[in-house]
Amino acid sequence: MGEKVFMQGNAALAESAIRAGCRFFFGYPITPSSELPEYYAAKAPQENLVFVQAETEVAAFNMIAGVASTGKRVMTGTSGPGFSLGMEAMSYMSAAGLPAVVVNVMRPGPADGDILAAQGDYFQAVKGGGHGDYNIIVLAPYSVQETADLTVKAFELAFKYRNPVVILSDAMLAKMMESLELPERITPNENYDWTMTGAKGRKHNVITTCGDGPIQWENYNLALQKKYKKIADNEQRWESYQVEDAEIIMVAFGSVARIALGAMKKARAEGMKVGIIRPITLWPFPQKAFVGLDQQDFFVTELNAGQMVEDVKLSVKDKERVSFYGRMGGMTPTPNELYEKLCELYRK
Amino acid sequence: MKVIYKRPPVLTEAYFKYCGGCGHGIVNKLIAEIIEEKNWLEKTIIVWPIGCSVYADQYFNTDSICALHGRAPALGTGIKRALPENLVIVYQGDGDLVSEGFSEIMHSAIRGEKFSVVFINNAIYGMTGGQMAPTTLLDQKTTTSPYGRKEEESGAPVNMAELISQIKGCYYSERVAVNTPQNILATKRAIKKAFEYQMEGKGLSFVEVLSPCPTGWKMKPTKALEWLGAEMMKIYPLGVFKNPEVAK
Ligand SMILES: Cc1ncc(C[n+]2csc(CCOP(=O)(O)OP(=O)(O)O)c2C)c(N)n1
Ligand code: SF4
Repeated sequence: MGEKVFMQGNAALAESAIRAGCRFFFGYPITPSSELPEYYAAKAPQENLVFVQAETEVAAFNMIAGVASTGKRVMTGTSGPGFSLGMEAMSYMSAAGLPAVVVNVMRPGPADGDILAAQGDYFQAVKGGGHGDYNIIVLAPYSVQETADLTVKAFELAFKYRNPVVILSDAMLAKMMESLELPERITPNENYDWTMTGAKGRKHNVITTCGDGPIQWENYNLALQKKYKKIADNEQRWESYQVEDAEIIMVAFGSVARIALGAMKKARAEGMKVGIIRPITLWPFPQKAFVGLDQQDFFVTELNAGQMVEDVKLSVKDKERVSFYGRMGGMTPTPNELYEKLCELYRK
Repeated sequence: MKVIYKRPPVLTEAYFKYCGGCGHGIVNKLIAEIIEEKNWLEKTIIVWPIGCSVYADQYFNTDSICALHGRAPALGTGIKRALPENLVIVYQGDGDLVSEGFSEIMHSAIRGEKFSVVFINNAIYGMTGGQMAPTTLLDQKTTTSPYGRKEEESGAPVNMAELISQIKGCYYSERVAVNTPQNILATKRAIKKAFEYQMEGKGLSFVEVLSPCPTGWKMKPTKALEWLGAEMMKIYPLGVFKNPEVAK
């Protein structure tokens, strides 16, 4: 059994990464993610960690690429504008097969925007963000406990598939305190046959993302696509609540799923048959969760102008049955607000 | 029969893809010879840039990783921090180092990262077809300065070896050239010193190599060597700009 503690989301994330054997953190401060570098900086001497405050997020994302190339666990954490600066390197790490973990604690954009909770970076994280055909595994926790659990999972998946993984948190999750059970400490394997460690007792290794002609580079792309298909088949994660008899199914991820749960409870108490699907992997999107749900209406709620709703529409038979309600700019709906929207839908 | 000249075994059998008369090939071979002489093959990780040396991973029997354009020092930072005992060589062109990745190289020096930088200054962007670099000389014609580089528009050439020597975290900075046999030997000595300092755990060691690009300069290889000696060296004097070992 892991240690029971009461902790803030960002701190729990950093502590869980350390326990998962991630000794390296490179980052540039930005609210609401700054507790991540601060946690690593504070724990560096006791835990034998390497923390570097990078000059820019551009540098930080390339530094983690460097550590990942040696087979060691490494992480950076940032928010909106910093995540944008990292996009060139996300594309690079995807092509190079570098298993780093990136935390984006979402805040409302566009541009510098504000610092409260938002989910407007869904497209950027899930659909690419950088250039070229690539996919990042994207994990979306909705509680501090799940933040800790998914941090451990993020490193496992990154190394299993040699692919970068994004943990998509938000200002609400990052700043709230909850009790949780911390993960066990592990010493991860660092010996892989593809790493940059010096050609000792083996043939030399090469990591390059420079194509050598269209035939070679199309084949390289095809191999990436094959990997993405495998991930999409095997790694979809979600949680369903009371969907069995539901007439309306809410779909929400991250912190807004907590509010949706409150709305659902109230609706159930009033005799309305409402359920929830909560995607945990945003890429791969859990399309399997929607299989067989052909008679229900779907009500998607997000802290943005409507992004995940597009993936929901792609996952259901009749997209006319999908409706959306979102708030932006750092505003969050109340459970009552979502409940009222459910009532409107129910009356239709 | 005594072998007096051979391909260093640190190099693979692959042919260099550089143009005839290019300085990259000379410097690549010097690096391979030093690794060979020091018996450091098993310790070496080379970070290659985006530029004409982008395929150099094919030429070396060392571990090699090719960075994004300009980001080699950031990648090198990650690798050296993860593997402090290894020899990490960061190889960059002048577009890569002085333009796209200026921030990354300067901050690597500021932090005193303990890797070695081999910086190829050919006063032009070779790979992309001969555009202006921050190191392009005044009045030098390139495809993006077709009437010659003008100071009012593009500033003056940047003297990286001098500039970086001013940063406290830079341990060693020298400018060399590969235009004559003597200068090539001096280049080898400088790069070897840089690698030795790294293996002794010193700060950033930086070697700027003035290197001909006959294709980008639109000159015959022999003319390119002359131009390097006559014009480039006027702006970029050879010399050691920082070396605490000598000062002592
Ligand atoms: C972000 C980005 N911008 C631009 C390029 C295009 N590009 C590739 S190499 C290069 C410049 C190469 O010149 P230099 O660094 O001097 O090296 P050389 O080819 O002369 O050895 C440029 C602009 C790129 N690959 N990535
Ligand atoms: S273009 Fe210039 S730098 Fe590039 S290989 Fe040819 S001579 Fe060398």
